[in-house]
Amino acid sequence: MKSDIIISGVGGQGTITIAATIGGAALNNNLNLKQSEVHGMSQRGGSVVSNLRISDKEVFSDLIPFGGADIILSIEPMESLRYTSYLSENGWLVTNVTAYDNIDNYPEIEALKSEIKKVKNSIILDANKIAKESGSSRSNNIVMLGAASHFIDIPTDELEKSISQFFNAKGDKIVNANIKAFRAGREFVSGLI
Amino acid sequence: MFNGVKLKKNKYNKLFKCCIFSLDYTKLYKSMKKLLLGDEAIAQAGIDAGISGMYAYPGTPSTEIMEYIRASKTAKEENIHMTWSTNEKTSMEGALGMSYAGKRAMVAMKHVGLNVAADAFVNSAITGVNGGIVVVVADDPSMHSSQNEQDSRYYGKFAQIPILEPSNQQEAYHAIINAFDLSEKLNVPILVRITTRLAHSRSGVELIDTKREQNKLELPKNPNQFILLPSIARVQYRALLDNYPTFIKESEESILNKYTDGSNKKLGVVACGIAYNYLMENFIDKDIDFPILKVSQYPLPKKYIAKIVAECDAILVVEDGYPFVEEQIKGFLDNDKVHGRLDGFLPRDGELNPNIVAAALKGEKFEKTADPEIVQPRMPSMCVGCGHIDAYNALNEALEQYGKGRVFSDIGCYTLGAYEPFTAINTCVDMGASITMAKGAADAGLTPAIAVIGDSTFTHSGITSLIDAVVDKSKIMVLISDNFTTGMTGQQDSNALGRIEKICEGIGVHPDHIRVFVPIAKNHDEMVKIMNEELAYDGVSVIIPRRQCVRTLKDLELNAQIKELGLA
Repeated sequence: MKSDIIISGVGGQGTITIAATIGGAALNNNLNLKQSEVHGMSQRGGSVVSNLRISDKEVFSDLIPFGGADIILSIEPMESLRYTSYLSENGWLVTNVTAYDNIDNYPEIEALKSEIKKVKNSIILDANKIAKESGSSRSNNIVMLGAASHFIDIPTDELEKSISQFFNAKGDKIVNANIKAFRAGREFVSGLI
Repeated sequence: MFNGVKLKKNKYNKLFKCCIFSLDYTKLYKSMKKLLLGDEAIAQAGIDAGISGMYAYPGTPSTEIMEYIRASKTAKEENIHMTWSTNEKTSMEGALGMSYAGKRAMVAMKHVGLNVAADAFVNSAITGVNGGIVVVVADDPSMHSSQNEQDSRYYGKFAQIPILEPSNQQEAYHAIINAFDLSEKLNVPILVRITTRLAHSRSGVELIDTKREQNKLELPKNPNQFILLPSIARVQYRALLDNYPTFIKESEESILNKYTDGSNKKLGVVACGIAYNYLMENFIDKDIDFPILKVSQYPLPKKYIAKIVAECDAILVVEDGYPFVEEQIKGFLDNDKVHGRLDGFLPRDGELNPNIVAAALKGEKFEKTADPEIVQPRMPSMCVGCGHIDAYNALNEALEQYGKGRVFSDIGCYTLGAYEPFTAINTCVDMGASITMAKGAADAGLTPAIAVIGDSTFTHSGITSLIDAVVDKSKIMVLISDNFTTGMTGQQDSNALGRIEKICEGIGVHPDHIRVFVPIAKNHDEMVKIMNEELAYDGVSVIIPRRQCVRTLKDLELNAQIKELGLA
């Protein structure tokens, strides 16, 4: 078993939360993992990426090799394309469609979508909309986790357990909202694959 | 699929015991696993090794070490010292004092912080220690959040002390615990060098069962040990030199250094610290037939280096940072069978990765495929609502009459004022350089010259600079952008809180030329007016735009302090 996951977005969008949730589930199940994160300067509205590596064998490198990622999970469409050189031949690119437009020369969204569709296996979804519909507009990152969960070799209930653990300190209401967001994201992609 | 994993659990356990950690510590310790950043594993190890004090100034990628200790329940119960220091030099000296008193202390900083701490650091090798000292320095190859990618191993060699360079989080945890024992055994501080990738990557870490008790308060046996008068220093320095062969022997016997033989002697690989992982990543499903020397403790293990160089036709040295080991093995006479960063087998700069190492093994160069053209760079920027933005808007307007090219800035969030739409600053070199560079430019006749520095950077290294300016009555305007925090590294305490005006006055800045205002859009005209007045003043003026960092607005403790000090 091996899952190499690139999680991308813009500083502050919750990439580390996604990585920590999957990581927690992996650790609960005695899998090995390494999770490389971006801290510091780039967190100020810059592009950020987590390299999450899970395996039942030893994981050596903290970085996923180029051409080795099983999944690119992106909370932002342009950021999903920044890491396509990491994607393996049969890997999946799963991205949110909502742009985080904090730069002058942000591309046209339709142009981004057509570039994303050039990737062999890609899924574009509106995580912000799905999050809002499921009653928790701030959980778009967890919607994305749900969407990508089809391609992660960890059982759904284990991921949900980890989400509960992660948000436990914030109370049942927040836990339930995030579980709901996770299921909505997962459900959306079920219809596409 | 997951069931498949479960079925393999026994196999996994077996794998785990024999090779998950390159150190077989599982036999030595048994306990639980925690998901920790490299920085956090180091912090936890410090607590478990029985430190009585943690000393640090925030700096990416080292910040999380102190943050973890400050959040630790055990550290609080144990009354471990954990106040942020004013800079890296005061950190190092604080640790040295704690060591003098017989207790264990850990110091953490980023690589450029070691430049600041260098005086104390180098001399601490000559005083030696009483309680153990471990100095953790986090280097930043590829300059993710730094102005250079200097390699701290040179400092360890310069000070002539042992260096540990763990390759993963688990190894880092045990290395720190061992480093304290080693420090007390060898009577020197130990340098632990990590890089960004280890500092900011999480992994499961097994902790030891029982933490060490803190040392008792105990004066040095030799009362002269810490008095580096020449007559005493000569003796101490001689002792350090005499100890060096023991350091090499320790490296040769260290569990951190590992020689794995191979039948194919066409190539031998020396892999240092985290670069070992990039090598091994390429052999997960393949056998390795060539000899590998993993190096995680220095000075270099001489007998293994001699063996691999003698037996192999070619040597590839893989190391993150400068060609520190490569240069030593290659030597002055340029042994042409040694390859690495110096002869282009590996890139001369930047962080390594598995692909770069894979290519080098084949004598090729790795070229990353280009990103799709549509992808635009997304640089970091100041937060919406940040007070620095209003200060820069006013400064840019005030400076219109004098022209561009006279703003000397410093290290912090406000350095982002270099980018569009502000392009408000002209320099960023080192902590505190803004004020002294402005002064130097004014000495040359560039007046008025302006320094822009943050509150935390000002107390870190700006005070001495300001004294120079006051002594020379330099025609400079110093803008201390006070947001009550060390912002860029993630909002740590600022030791400048509530002290800035008194410091400036105490140094000799005239109170009429210390001007405080709130940087918000509606005060724009007033700010420009104040700046114009002070730019016209023939002497040192200090203006203080003062507004809380927007990221700390929910920090109740800080809010209470701000209120108590009457700062807002």
